[in-house]
Amino acid sequence: MKARVYVTLKRGVLDPQGKAVCSGLHQLGYREVTDVRIGKYMEVTLGGLPRQEAEKRLHAMCEKLLANPVIEDYRFEFHEE
Amino acid sequence: MKFGIVVFPGSNCEHDIYHVAKHLLGHEASFIWHKDTAFAGVDCLVLPGGFAHGDYLRCGAMARFSPIMGAVKQFAERGGMVFGICNGFQVLTEAGLLPGALVRNAGLQYICRDVRLRAERQDTPFTCRIRPGTVLTIPIGHGEGCYFAPDHVIQELEKRRQVVFRYCDPKGEVTADANPNGSLHAIAGVCNEKGNVLGMMPHPDRCAEEVLGNADGRRMFDSIVHAWTQARRNRI
Repeated sequence: MKARVYVTLKRGVLDPQGKAVCSGLHQLGYREVTDVRIGKYMEVTLGGLPRQEAEKRLHAMCEKLLANPVIEDYRFEFHEE
Repeated sequence: MKFGIVVFPGSNCEHDIYHVAKHLLGHEASFIWHKDTAFAGVDCLVLPGGFAHGDYLRCGAMARFSPIMGAVKQFAERGGMVFGICNGFQVLTEAGLLPGALVRNAGLQYICRDVRLRAERQDTPFTCRIRPGTVLTIPIGHGEGCYFAPDHVIQELEKRRQVVFRYCDPKGEVTADANPNGSLHAIAGVCNEKGNVLGMMPHPDRCAEEVLGNADGRRMFDSIVHAWTQARRNRI
């Protein structure tokens, strides 16, 4: 089982990278872009756990390590291989 | 007194601290490897600058799980002096020993230069020889030094006077131009509620002797020694 984990900066946390990319897109002529926020994408492969249990454990992993709850939010989705 | 310097794989300022403690202050200093689970006889623990565990995932995130961190936490809870400099500060926030987080500099660039700091309080072991309002010149060297905490945490920090250093101009005024990295409330260093754990992004270890052109950083180490001497005198 594979989980796709998305870690994003909380609203209110400055994202200078996103700002720089946003202005880059403007320079390329994509004026419709009003904001860019950059986050992290992780693929976590889990073995031998029922879905519900895996979900519970992945929440704990996100809270303990994969995301910093002071500055980041996370979400994930599972997909079978 | 004895300084204990915690060394993670990727730390790179441990010898700067050792030099200050041993050769400039004339005290004892020893390295503590991150895989150790205990240390003894240490009066002040220092978490040095560098890139602990390669700064993988987030600065300080992996270091938090190093075996030594349990003993570091216990030492802090017992009131021991814990001093995190730069990456050491990042490790302390990730470990939950200090509030907030350090994120990418507002200007995106790694900044390596002198900044001015205003000392905000004298009643900590790290600043007891520095009058509040004193402006110190101390270098920074970081890419992720922008201090962030949610609004209510910042309010609490201010209320409890946990901001120990702020970026300022040469006159001691806190201005937007004097803030090198976009830190909220120009925060350069914070302590815990009890005042025995301090983290700061600037490097006093890099400017602690005149031969380097600046000895302002030494005042913090002199403070630590003074605090230790006073505490010992009170015990006797």
